[in-house]
Amino acid sequence: MKIRTFSRGGVHPDECKLTAEQATVVADLPNQAVFPLSQHIGAPAKPLVKKGDKVKVGTMIAEAGGYVSAPVYSSVSGTVWKVDSAIDATGYLKPAIIINVEGDEWEESIDRTDTLETVGAHPELTPEEIVARVQRAGVTGMGGAGFPTHVKLCPPPTAKAECVILNGVECEPYITSDYRLMMEHAAEIVEGLRLLMKAAKVDKGYIGIEDNKPQAIALLSELTMADDHIEVVALAKKYPQGGEKQLVDAVIRRQVPAPPAIPVHVGAIVQNVGTAYAVYQAVMKNKPLFERYTTVTGKQIAHPGNFLVRMGTPFGQLIEKCGGLPEGSHKVLAGGLMMGKAVVSLDVPVCKGTNSITVLSGDDARRKAVQPCIRCGKCVDACPMGLEPYLLATLSANGLYERAEQECIVSCISCGSCQFTCPSHRPILDNILLGKAKVMEIIKSRIKK
Amino acid sequence: MNYMMMAVMVLGGVALVAAVVLYTVSRKFAVEEDPRIGRVAACLPGANCGGCGYAGCAALAEALVKGADAGSLDGLQCPVGGAGVMAQIAAELGMEAVASEPMVAVVRCGGTCELRPRTTQYDGLQTCAAVHATCSGETACGYGCLGCGDCSTSCQFGGLRINPETGLPEVDETLCTGCGSCVKACPRHIIELRKRGPKNRRVYVGCMNRDKGAAARKACTAACIGCGKCEKVCKFEAITISGNLSYIDYNKCRLCTKCVAECPTGAIMKVNFPVKQKEAEV
Repeated sequence: MKIRTFSRGGVHPDECKLTAEQATVVADLPNQAVFPLSQHIGAPAKPLVKKGDKVKVGTMIAEAGGYVSAPVYSSVSGTVWKVDSAIDATGYLKPAIIINVEGDEWEESIDRTDTLETVGAHPELTPEEIVARVQRAGVTGMGGAGFPTHVKLCPPPTAKAECVILNGVECEPYITSDYRLMMEHAAEIVEGLRLLMKAAKVDKGYIGIEDNKPQAIALLSELTMADDHIEVVALAKKYPQGGEKQLVDAVIRRQVPAPPAIPVHVGAIVQNVGTAYAVYQAVMKNKPLFERYTTVTGKQIAHPGNFLVRMGTPFGQLIEKCGGLPEGSHKVLAGGLMMGKAVVSLDVPVCKGTNSITVLSGDDARRKAVQPCIRCGKCVDACPMGLEPYLLATLSANGLYERAEQECIVSCISCGSCQFTCPSHRPILDNILLGKAKVMEIIKSRIKK
Repeated sequence: MNYMMMAVMVLGGVALVAAVVLYTVSRKFAVEEDPRIGRVAACLPGANCGGCGYAGCAALAEALVKGADAGSLDGLQCPVGGAGVMAQIAAELGMEAVASEPMVAVVRCGGTCELRPRTTQYDGLQTCAAVHATCSGETACGYGCLGCGDCSTSCQFGGLRINPETGLPEVDETLCTGCGSCVKACPRHIIELRKRGPKNRRVYVGCMNRDKGAAARKACTAACIGCGKCEKVCKFEAITISGNLSYIDYNKCRLCTKCVAECPTGAIMKVNFPVKQKEAEV
C-alpha cells in the first residue's frame, strides 16, 4: 500500500534531528521568569497581580482578555518584580509580568502524581466540563501558532466536527520535542485525544505521524490497538505536513477551501500532540499550562537536548545549559529551521508556543546573495497551497494588493517552501508576508465598513 | 478595373456608414466636461504625486472646480505647487485663494549609528516595511528609523536621502514639496509634515520612542524619556507629553528654544537657527 501524504507541493529539507534519541531533561529554574501577556492568538491577557505579590507555581497571574484569549499562569514561585514590558519573540517590547523566583512551591490543587487517569474512569466529565477546564487552564496550540484550544473545540454553527486529528508529524527539521513527548508520554497523549474527542462530541480520532518516527508509530499503534475509534496514520515524510490543511488532506483526504474556511468546515479538528498532553494534564491533573517540552539544538551547539522547561525561562539560560553559543555570528530561532523566527535578544522567554530553540551558525545563518528570477517555476511546484509564489511576491513588492487578493495571497500558510526551493535565493516569502499583512488589513477594513 | 471600382465602393460605403454612426453616437452620448477643469489642470504641476489626497492632478482639478461651484476651496490644496499655484487657480475660478502655510517633511528620529548601538544584524529583505514586520530592527529601539530608505524611494522630488554616516534620512528643504508621500511610506511613522516656519526655523522632538524612560535611554542615548522638563519650561503651552513622549505643537511654538536647552538627552532639535558664538566655541 502506498503510504499517505498531502497531494500538492512540499519540499524535503535535511532532517537534522540531532536530539531524537535524547531523553528529556528537566531544565533548571530561572532566577527570573518573564511572562508575556500575549502568548497566544487573540486578545492579550489582563494582569491580575501587581508588584510585590507572592505567587506559587500554578497561580493565575493574568486572566483571559476575551473569548479568543487565554489566561497566563506562573511557572515559578516567588515575588512579582514588576508588571511592565519585556522583549518577546516578535522582537518588540511587549507587556509582560516579571517574577523573581524564590523556592519552588506549587499550588496544592495540582495533582503531581504520575498515575494515569483514564477518560472511562471519569464519567462525570461532560464535554462542556472538559472545554471549561481547558479554557481555565490556559491551554493553547502547542505547535507554534498558539491558537486557544477551547475556541477550536467549539466550532462555529456553520460547521460540524466529525473527527479529531492529532498532529504528531513534526515535519520541521531539527525539532524533536513532540517526538520525545510521544515516546515518553504516549498513554497520556492517547487519553488527551479521548478527552478532545469527547469535548468535540466526535467518535473518530486519528494520530498522524511521519514515517521517520517508526518507534513512535509502533508505540502509539500498540496503545490504541484495542480502540476502534482511534487510528494511527503513518505519513510519508514531506514538509509542511504539519500544516493543518496539509494534515487534513493527508489523513482524511479532504481539502480545506480557501480562507475564511478552517479545517472544521470539512469536519476535522486538528490539535498538536503537545496540546493533547496539556489537555490531559489540565483536565485530569488540574495542572494549568506552565511548562512545556522544548528542543534546544543546532549543529554547532555542544550538547543539544530536549528539555521540560518552565515557561518564562530565558533562551540564553537554556543555550548556556547546552554548552553556550559557539564563537562567531549566529541566528537564534524561536522554532525550527523553516518557520522559526529569529530573535533579537537571548532574554526572550520560552512561551506556550516555543517548541524549539534552533541555533544556526556559519553559512546556515547567512542569507545567500539574491539572483534574478530565472522563471524555473520551482516555487510553484513546491507551494503546498497551489499558489504562484513568484507572482504573489512581485505583486506585493509593487504594491498591487488588489491583484494579490485575487490571486489568493491570504491562502498562503507562510511555510517558506517557495523560498527554500528557489535556486536564485529570492526573498519570496518576505515579500508575500508583507503583501499578505496588507491585504488582510484591507479585507478587515472592508468588513468594518 | 471593375474590381478596383468594386473595392473602392465597398470600402467607401463602409467608411460612410461608420462615419455616420460615429458622428451620431458622439453627438448623442457626448460627455460634457467643464472646460475649467482642463484650464485648472494646466495650472497644476502635473507630478501626479497624490500629495493632495486625490488620485492625481486631474482629479484635484475636478475637485477644485466642484469646490468652486459649491462656493469654497477649503481643504483643497496642491502642496507641491504651494501658494503661487493656488492663487493662479483661484483667479482662474474667480475665487479668493485660501492662504496656506508651506509644509516640509521632518524626520523625528535622532538615533544615529553612534547614539543608538547596533544589537543585532538584519540580513533579510532590505526595505523598512520588511524590517518593521520582522523585528525592532538592528537596534533595540522599536520606534526609530530603520534606515532602509523606503522614504527616499517614495519621494518623487529627490527631497530625501539616507546619510550613510548617520543611517538616517535627511530632508533637502529646497526640494521637499511637502506632498507627504514619505509620511505614508514610513512604517514607523517617524516623518511628520510641519510648518516651514519663519526663516525656515523649526523646533521639534526628534524621537518617537514611547517606551518608559529607562528602556528608551538604554536603546538610544538621544531618546525622549518623557521626563516632562520641556513641558514645564515652555511658556506657550506648546508642549504636551503623552505615552512617555513629548510633542511640540507647531501652531503654538514661538521658537524660543528654551526646551532645546532643557532637554537632558538632546532629543529636541532646532534647525536653521544661527549658531551662537558660545555654542560655536564649544
